[in-house]
Parts: sequence; structure tokens; C-alpha cells
Amino acid sequence: MGKNGASHSGSHVVGAPLPRIDGYAKVTGAAIFADDMALPRMLFGKLLRSPHAHARILSIDYARALRIPGVVAIAIGSDLPIRYGILPSAQDETVFAIDKVRYVGEPVAGIVAEDELTAQTAAALVDIRYEVLPSVMSIDAALLDVDGNGEKIHPDSRRDNNVHKEVHLTFGDLDAGFADATRIFDDEYFFEGNTHAALEEHSAVASCGADGKLTLWSSTQTPHYLHRVASAVLELPASRIRIIAPPVGGGFGGKTEPVAHELAAAYFSRKTGRPVKFTLSREEVFYTHRGRHPVRIHLRTGIRADGSISACRVQTWLDGGAYGSYGVATTYYTGALLPVTYKMGAYAFDGCRVYTNKPPCGPKRGHGTTQPRYAFESQLDEIAKELGLDAGAYRAAIAIDPYSRTVNHLRVTSCGLREALSAVSERTGFSDKHGKLAPGRGIGLAASAYLCGAGLPIYWNPMPHSGAIVKVDRGGGVTIFCGTSDCGQGSQNMLAVIVAEALGVDVLDVSVCSGDTDLTPVDLGSYSSRVTFMAGNAARSAALDVRERIAVVAGAELGIAPERCAFENGRVFDRKNPDRALSFIDAARATEARFGTLAGVGSYTPPADLHGDFKGSGVGPSPAYSYSACVAEVEVDFETGEVRVERIVLAHDCGRALNPRIVEGQIEGSAYMGMGEALMEESAFRNDLHRIPNLLDYKTPTILDTPRIDAIVIETKELEGPYGAKEAGEGPLNPVIPAIANAVADAIGRRIYATPITPERVLQALDGTAGPLRLRAPIAMKTT
Amino acid sequence: MLRLPAFEFQPARSVDEAVTLLGEHGDDALPVAGGTDLYANMKLGLFAPRVVVGLRSITALRSIRFDPQHGLRIGALCSLDAIVREPAVAEHYPALAQAAAMVGTPEIRNMGTIGGNLCLETRCNYFNQSAEWRKAMGYCLKRDGNLCRVALHSDTCKAINASDTAPVMHAYDARLSLVGPRGERTVNIREFYQNDGAHANVKRADEILTEIALPLPARGTRSSYRKLRLRKAFDFPLLGVAVAVATDAGGSCTQARIVLNAVGSAPLEVEAAGAILLGTHLGEEIAADAAEEVFKAGKPLENANASLLYRKRMLRVIAQRTLEDVIAPLR
Amino acid sequence: MSIAPSKILATLRVNGRDATLAFHPHATLLEVLREELRLTGTKHGCELGQCGACTVIVDGTPVLSCLTLAAEAIGRSVETVEGLAVDGTLHPVQRAFLELGAAQCGYCTPGFLNAAVHLLEKNLEPSEAEIRDALAGHLCRCTGYTKIVEAVALAGRRMRASIDG
Ligand SMILES: Cc1cc2nc3c(=O)[nH]c(=O)nc-3n(C[C@H](O)[C@H](O)[C@H](O)COP(=O)(O)OP(=O)(O)OC[C@H]3O[C@@H](n4cnc5c(N)ncnc54)[C@H](O)[C@@H]3O)c2cc1C
Ligand code: FES
Ligand code: FES
Repeated sequence: MGKNGASHSGSHVVGAPLPRIDGYAKVTGAAIFADDMALPRMLFGKLLRSPHAHARILSIDYARALRIPGVVAIAIGSDLPIRYGILPSAQDETVFAIDKVRYVGEPVAGIVAEDELTAQTAAALVDIRYEVLPSVMSIDAALLDVDGNGEKIHPDSRRDNNVHKEVHLTFGDLDAGFADATRIFDDEYFFEGNTHAALEEHSAVASCGADGKLTLWSSTQTPHYLHRVASAVLELPASRIRIIAPPVGGGFGGKTEPVAHELAAAYFSRKTGRPVKFTLSREEVFYTHRGRHPVRIHLRTGIRADGSISACRVQTWLDGGAYGSYGVATTYYTGALLPVTYKMGAYAFDGCRVYTNKPPCGPKRGHGTTQPRYAFESQLDEIAKELGLDAGAYRAAIAIDPYSRTVNHLRVTSCGLREALSAVSERTGFSDKHGKLAPGRGIGLAASAYLCGAGLPIYWNPMPHSGAIVKVDRGGGVTIFCGTSDCGQGSQNMLAVIVAEALGVDVLDVSVCSGDTDLTPVDLGSYSSRVTFMAGNAARSAALDVRERIAVVAGAELGIAPERCAFENGRVFDRKNPDRALSFIDAARATEARFGTLAGVGSYTPPADLHGDFKGSGVGPSPAYSYSACVAEVEVDFETGEVRVERIVLAHDCGRALNPRIVEGQIEGSAYMGMGEALMEESAFRNDLHRIPNLLDYKTPTILDTPRIDAIVIETKELEGPYGAKEAGEGPLNPVIPAIANAVADAIGRRIYATPITPERVLQALDGTAGPLRLRAPIAMKTT
Repeated sequence: MLRLPAFEFQPARSVDEAVTLLGEHGDDALPVAGGTDLYANMKLGLFAPRVVVGLRSITALRSIRFDPQHGLRIGALCSLDAIVREPAVAEHYPALAQAAAMVGTPEIRNMGTIGGNLCLETRCNYFNQSAEWRKAMGYCLKRDGNLCRVALHSDTCKAINASDTAPVMHAYDARLSLVGPRGERTVNIREFYQNDGAHANVKRADEILTEIALPLPARGTRSSYRKLRLRKAFDFPLLGVAVAVATDAGGSCTQARIVLNAVGSAPLEVEAAGAILLGTHLGEEIAADAAEEVFKAGKPLENANASLLYRKRMLRVIAQRTLEDVIAPLR
Repeated sequence: MSIAPSKILATLRVNGRDATLAFHPHATLLEVLREELRLTGTKHGCELGQCGACTVIVDGTPVLSCLTLAAEAIGRSVETVEGLAVDGTLHPVQRAFLELGAAQCGYCTPGFLNAAVHLLEKNLEPSEAEIRDALAGHLCRCTGYTKIVEAVALAGRRMRASIDG
């Protein structure tokens, strides 16, 4: 039986709404998160952070702080001078700032002490002299000429002013496309930045043994990248470092790259020979950020008489904050996925990311695709209205077809977009309501597409993106070893379901050992919605490796060909005569007796032909795409401008739902998070400071602000996905924001061209004081 | 993890003991009731008392007594939740129940006391921040600095009184009992607050608030409280409006109090608005006129989570709606 | 730290058991539960009363352990998530959270469970609005609250059935 030829009679685990395997630990408080750890003689760390947005560090004197009883060690930039960054092209951060600080909250020194209060007291006694430089706090300011007395945020960057990255791509004949259009829609939108605000504050614990071997536990979504960066920054062979990702208390992209406190914990533990813990305060989490980029979006779309899109040009300006982070990828993502949803004659994309003196932006759920999706789906609504077409039917008419290529050369496989569109329309009676509700009430619809992991790794290498080992114990227990990190999305359970399905055993007999670089094969991490697809495929092929061997032995015992062996309900039996059977345990034991230790390995590498052949083609390709559609119903108070979301119906094509309950949970969480971004969440600044770095003033929706959410799981069969699965972690968020924006436009008869749609913005729109954003293009972007 | 700075904790079992302890330690001591305001502020480095005197074991201050002759007496240590659940409050002082029910969250109402709510530290975007944040922004008049960052030329602090119950207590004409080393005094709530964010009430450091007395409302009194906020839980008011009106048998308004909070360092009674209502039959139009007076009187500043223009504009809307709450049942 | 006042030696009653230990007068209940008693099921997301993750039950009432002094819990009964399951049997609310997937990352879960158990102790038949009101002091970033509301309702139904039956 070939690995890919595994045939299955009924599946017994896949598709069942079983409780998640890590659920018991989570409802009893037994799950040990990073900050829950305490080791003997553990020290506590505190980062001293910059009070200036942009300044030169003139001197640092920590002698006084070091004399405080209980203070054990202090370090500054020069102690850890190696630069790092998540992308090979942006190695621009150091653990503690060297020479310059670039945002309020940037770490400048680290202190470890016998207790946290002492470390904090000592931090206040470190004497740092700064020369304050003019700060750059907006996209416009970053694009202005850096004049004589100014200074670039990164003086050594190659580009003009404070531009970090520029991208220009064209597909097809844009001019001909626009010439072909009977109507051209030209609009400008602004998507405000916001943050993940995962409930768990980041925490890292490091312990360095006498053998010089370092173990670092961290609330990270990407243990593998942390492994690499820790090795580089600490100048310690990776073989001497063990990274462990305990359960993570929410990530949403906020814990996907190595940051200062993790590396500081590792450094101090080596230096002091004692375990060290750094747990960030909520305010520090706001400074660590890596959240949603503020993006200004210019959209020009040409429409033919029949409504089809003849040409589309999107220009984006991203406020990146002070460092590169994932920003180059984010920039590409603001252009890469629009054509994955709809057919277009020609497409052009210009992106420009700038540095500003704010906490660095990075990936948040929907990474870079969320902002242009909001703009595009808003504009599509206006287009449908102009054409007198139903917003849902119009989208279905221009929807991309399954098994096709997009205008930007991306390979599309399974696609449930039309099914998702009709599901949300039907569930809500959208067509009967849109444009017809009483003033103040509105309904809006939007759709989107998302990745199942990136086709290419972050750093170039020919190795698999995910690997897994499946081992069978003599007692029938099955253990999966895989480098994933579970931040609540359910990757532990996903692995268990897939392996249980492949081997026909009870999920509860499967244990998952994950995110431990000593024990588990590499998985690149929990980002880009890649884990189900990639780690799932790796685990499945590891399980099939084992299964194949068992089938040989069991087949011989049952007197049948291995191919005729079926694995279900803890039994291995003859598919044609199910009464002829062995128990899984007996079969596994016999196999071990025959072939030795029973373990299998598997790995996953995406196919090579996913993308076109041009610079930048590496961002956007994915082995498969998920599709979503959303309808939101709102009520707007014309006097106060308050928007109340009454209902969100969100349909998501996740391929096959391995566990429908978990898929629903991802859809519901996406609806909620999208609603927060649409209406209230924003990274707001006053002068040079984050204005609201706490959970009272940074508004995340409470249970009373969140409506009932209807999650609709749309299943397509994705041939390359594990048991047909795609993704559900990020994709469903994207249509929620434009669906709400469209519903507000329907309710008030005016469009608001910026997020979040605060009561003040609603009133401005009603007053007519805030028309479309008519912003001058800040720089003449090179045309392509 | 944010932690409290070190201090001595001295639980008091009686009012006398509390007052003695406060007297002994002078400015080095602060009283605490539920701790939901004080401890959060201490974690941000806004206060660092050497001694904290715990009031919560003073069980004598935890009763609510209603008497049809004299009205309501609430011990300062009553939790907001106990007030919400008290039938006499719901019946005779519904706006107080409304306001208490809108404070923070269920847990905060379980812990937070009415005394703490009335003595709530004034709030400001430049003040309720960590020590590091305030250092980076530059300190302000209320704490460690000599400049009000909201009103640069002001010589008084402009921090906001954001207590939900204070304007309601004002509308009900509450009297507060304060006990100090020199005995007890009673002040009307109008005299209790002063419009200076750094010295927002007249309570002396060695005094504690023991009891709040609300007179029996005149026959035919109707009252309501509304607050403007961005989320339906957790949030302090961006604006609060308390209204209490009384009418005679003929439906003519004999008494009207309209009190705002979160627009200044003290609750603000808009007397001009009340005056408009007096003697009228409280129709919708007259309510609009009164709301217009509220709009004129309230002067929010740029120090909360919505712009001053928005809060200003909402004065009229929220006032109108609160007035309609008390007018509607009359129609 | 040298300026810290000396520790208090006291007995705390947590999950029905007395524990005698020493802690600073300024230590919060959150810190003592997690760091001294190693009951790390109680979580923290802000330490300022702004998220609800640290909620425990003191004398039958849900309170925020981040704003409660351990010293003020002396002589009162404290219940944490670790005390909910009895002899390995999950509380009906825990079971419903588990079955419906109301815990994703699980970080907010202990706080929600305590508030939900408290609600159901008073009202086994809460309406959806009552459930939402009772849980309004808890932020969750993962679930959209949908399955949490459903789980509390389900637990209420089961607890009613087990009383009736
Ligand atoms: C997240 C969050 C949201 C909140 N939302 C709201 C809201 O919406 N509306 C609102 O009004 N409040 C809100 N609060 C503030 C606070 O929780 C409540 O006002 C509460 O009622 C305060 O009572 P307490 O007993 O906890 O006060 P404490 O913190 O104990 O004390 C507050 C102040 O009053 C003093 N004090 C307390 N009692 C006495 C007394 N008897 N005599 C003399 N002085 C005394 C203390 O010294 C201290 O200065 C919120 C707090 C938080 C953390
Ligand atoms: S940690 Fe106590 S409320 Fe957030
Ligand atoms: S389950 Fe993650 S915060 Fe609620």
C-alpha cells in the first residue's frame, strides 16, 4: 500500500465534534503556561525601556542600580551586539538598543534580581543620557524629505527618507484593461493599526545547566525561529539550546517572532547560572506589539459593462513602526491575495512600507491581507450598487473558479467561495433586506480568501516545512512528535485526530509532544494558517508509514494482502470480511517483533509550481486557499453614532472540517476579533507615546458588545490537504470588517472610508463633514 | 506581573480604630475599602503610602437601612452589588441602582464599595498611566509635575470625576458623614466635591466617610441615570447624566435636579436646566430646552477616551434621553 | 528588598484546606496563590482589574485576586479553579466548557468558570442575557464568547436535570 494510496472506509474520528485533547488541562487550570513555571533559585527580570521615540544614547551608567541588594546582573546593548530579525532581509534589531532608540518602549537594558519588585526598583536607578532626535509618527512624515537637521530612523537603510520597502508588480496589460472598462472606480481608504491583545502576557523562562546546555521555555508561536535566533544572538550552537513552547495563551501573530525578553532570559541564565524568568506587563505587551499595520489604500478598479473586472490597481502605504519585523512580507501581502477571490483582466500592485517611531508592526491574523480586503470589499459594494446588482450575486458572478490560476499566477485548487456566499445570503435573507431596511438598520456582505501556509519558507532552504514522528507503544498508545506550538487554535488536537484516523485508534490513546526542539522534528510555526495543512500532512504521512508496516504484518497473520487491511476502532481487519481481525495492540506488537521499534516519520514540503517566476512571487503562493463570506446586521444610533452589531453570519470553506466544533470556534473568534477591529480597536498615539497601553482604554469587545455569531462550516474536498482539510485560523476574520463597514453604509446611506468605525466617525459621516478620503498620493510612486 | 509597592497593612475593626491609625500615620497612610481603585493606582506608582488602613472589616459600616420617615442610610462599606440588590433602593432611588449597576464589571461591583466610589480618585488620560509612561510623557500637575497637560495654562488639575454614583447622590441631595480624630461632621454632597482634580473633595486625610444619608424623595419623584461609554462593561463614564424631578398632583414640576459627571473634577449640577423645568408639565419640548442648557454648561476637555467635541455633542443627547426617561412615564 | 516590611505568618483557607504560610502584607491574593501556594490555575492578563482572568471566589463571591490583598483573605474561604472538580469529576460547567470547546487557549477559562459557577449557584435557568451580564467582567480574545454562553446554558440545564432526576 503506497503512502498516498491509503484508502479509507468510513472515518471514525475526522469530522466528529469531539472535545479537544488538551481541553481537560484547560478547564481544570492544570495547563502550565510559561509564566506558571517556577524553578529553584529562579531570578526575575525586568526590561528598562526607552522614554523617547527617537534619540541617540549618549551614555548608560548602571553602577548605582547594581548596588541595590538583590540585584544580580544588568546588561545593555553592547553585551548582546548581534543583530537579528525574523526575515533574513531585516536583521535590524538588537536585544537592547545600541546607539539609538527608535520607539517609546524599546528595551535599553535588562536587570535580573531576586524578585520582580527589586528588579523594577533598580531599573529606575539606571542612568541613561539621551540626545533627543525629531520623531516621525505618521506615514506622511516618514515620506517627507529628511532635511538637514533630521535623521533617518535607520541611517544605514538604502532607500530615501524613511522608506523601508517598495514593491511594484504588474500582471497583464493594465492600460488596455482600464481602456476596456466602462466605469472606473477610484477610492482611498485608511485602515487603522491595532494589536493582538492575546490574554496571556508574553513570558519566557530560561535555565542553563552546568553542562552549558540552555533550555528556554517561551510563549512563542514559532519555537523553531526562536531556536535559530537564540543560537545566533547568544553565539551558542543550536545543538546546545533547547526551546520549548508550552501552551500559549493566545497568539494571533503577536508571538511569532523572537523578541527581546526571550533572548534576555536566555542571556542572563547563562550569565548567572540560575533560572531566569521575564514576564511582560500588559503595557510592555503593547510596546512589543508586531500588530496590524496602519495602511492607507488607494484602489482603482475598471469595470466592464457586464460587471467583470477589467483592471485593478492597488497602492498601499504601510506604517511599519520602528523595525522591519515581517514587514517585507506584510507589504507583499497587501497586494498578493486580492486576485485569489475574483477574476480580473489585469492587476497591478504598488506597496510602500515606511519606518516610523512607533512599536514595530508585524503580522496579525490575516497578515497584510486584511487591510486591502476591507478596502476592496467596500469598493465592490459601491460597484454593485452602481450596477444595480445584488451584492452577493455580483460577487458570485466574478468569483474565481476552482482549479484555476489567478491573474498573478497563483494556483487555485478547491474553492468554496460561491457556496459560502450563498450560505450567508440565504441564512440572513440578505437580498430581501439589503437597501430595504428602515433608516438606521443595515446589512452588509463581504467575501475573502486566505492562505494555508506560505509556499516558501521565511529563510531559503530546501528542507520540509514540517516534520513529524509517530511512535507506537507496546500498550497501544500512540505518540506524535511535531514542532508545532498550540496557541489555542487546536493544533494538538488536529495532530491527534489525523493520527487517530490513520491508525484507527481512539483519540484519547494518542498523545502529542509538540514544540520542543530537542524532541520534535521542525515545524516552522503557528503562522500563515499553515499548521493543519503542513504539520497535518506530515503527521499523516508519519502515521501511514507506521500503518504500512503494521499492514504487512497483520496482513500476513490474517492471510490477506496488506492493502486489504483496514484500521478502525482499535482493530486491524480484513476489509472484505470485517470479522477477521486483530486488535491494534496485537498487530502493533507483532510488527515490533518483526521489524523492530515501531515509529514512522513524515514530512511536508509544498509543491514547487505554486507561483510565477518574478521577484516577489514568493509571497502569496500557498498549496491551497480557504474562502469565507460574511453577512453582518447592524443598528446605528443616529444621535450618538453608536453602532450595534446585531448578528454576524460567517461561512468558511475550511476544506474538510477535521473537528467541526474547533472550526466553528475559529470562525466565531474571527467574527469577534474582526468586529473589534471594525468598530473600536486602534493603536492610538499621543505625541510620541502609545496613548492607551492597557486593556481598559484599548477597547476589545466585551461579551455584552459581541452579538450572537452564526458559524457556517462549508466543506470542500482539498485533494492535497490532510484528509481534505485547509485552514480556519485566520481566513474567516477578513470578510468581517468590510461586512460591518458595508452594513453601516447600508444603515446610514453614506460610506465611511476609515477604520475603526467609531461613533465619532459615524456622526461625521452623517454630518457630511467626512467625505471620501481625498488624500494626495504622498509620493509619486514609481509606476510599473 | 505588575505588583504593589511595599507597605504595611493595618486592618481596622472599628471606625475609631481606623481614624486613630490614620491620625497616627498622617500623610503616610491611606484608607482602603474594596481596593479596586486604590490598588490599581498604587500599582501604577500613583500613590505609595507607607501604611494602608483596611476598612472592610468594619462591619458596622455595611448596612443599608430604609425608613419611610427619614429615607435611606447607606454604610460606606456597602458593596455596589449590595446596593443594586437592595429593594428599597430600587423602589425609592432607582437612579442609584442604575448607576451602581453600570459601574465597571460584576466583580468590581462585588468588591467596590459606595464609599470608595464616592471617594474615587479623579481620572485623566495623562494620570492613569504607569510611572514609565508618565516619565516619558512628562509629569503632570496632579502627580509629580507642575503643568496640567490637558489645559496647559490651567493652575488647577483638570482630572475628571468619573464616579457613576456621585451625580446621582447629588441629585438625591445626599449628606455624607465624615469621621475624624476630632469627631464627626456631616457635609452635603454639594460641599463635598470641589472642582480641582488634585484636591477633589474636602475629606481630610485622617477622616473616613462612614455613611451616606439620602432624604426621602418628595412624592412623585422620578429619577434616572445614563452614562456614555464605548463598551457595555468595564468602561468608566465618558459622560454621565443624573436627573431627579418631582411633580405635584397636577403634574407640575416642583423640583428638578440635573447633575453631570465626567465633565469636570466635580459633579456639576446644571441649575439653569432645572429652572427651565420647574413649574412646567414636563413635555418633550421643555426637555429639549433643558438639554440645551446642559449642552451649554458642560465643558469636557481632551482627557478621556473620546474627543471633547464628541463628548460635548453627547451632552445634549444623553441629557435629552435621561430627561425622557423621567418624563415618559408621566405621559 | 530591604525596605519591605516583614512578612505575615497566616493561615489561608483555599479550596477547603488550610495552608499556613508567610507572605508580604502588600502581596496580592493572586501572587500568593500562584507563587506561594503554586496554584497557577488562576491567571492574570493585566493585574489592574481590567480583564477578569484572575477571578477567584472569596466567601462565595467572585472577586479579582489581582486587586485583593492576601492579608485580607485571612479568615475567609478562597476557591480557585483547582477546587472545582471533585475527586477527579469535573464540575458540570467544566464539562460543558470541555465538550463545546468553550476553552480555546484556555487562559481566560478559569476566570470565566468561577463567574459561571457563581451564577449557576444562584440561578440554574439563566437567560442568555443573564449569562452575558454575569460574565461581563471577563475578556476572552479567542472564542467570540459564543461557545462560552452556550456552555453555561448547557451546564445549567444539566444541573437542573440532575436535581429533578
Ligand atoms: C476596570 C475598572 C473599571 C471601573 N469602572 C468604573 C465605572 O464604570 N464607574 C465607576 O464609578 N467606577 C469604576 N471603577 C472604579 C472603582 O472600582 C469603583 O469606583 C469602586 O466603587 C471603588 O470602590 P472601592 O471600595 O474599591 O475603592 P478603594 O479603591 O478602596 O478606594 C478608592 C479611594 O477612596 C478612598 N476611600 C475608600 N473608602 C473610603 C472611606 N470609607 N472613607 C474615606 N476614604 C475612602 C481610598 O483611600 C481611595 O482613595 C472601575 C475600576 C476598574 C479597575
Ligand atoms: S489580572 Fe486581575 S483583572 Fe486582569
Ligand atoms: S480562550 Fe483564549 S482568551 Fe479565552
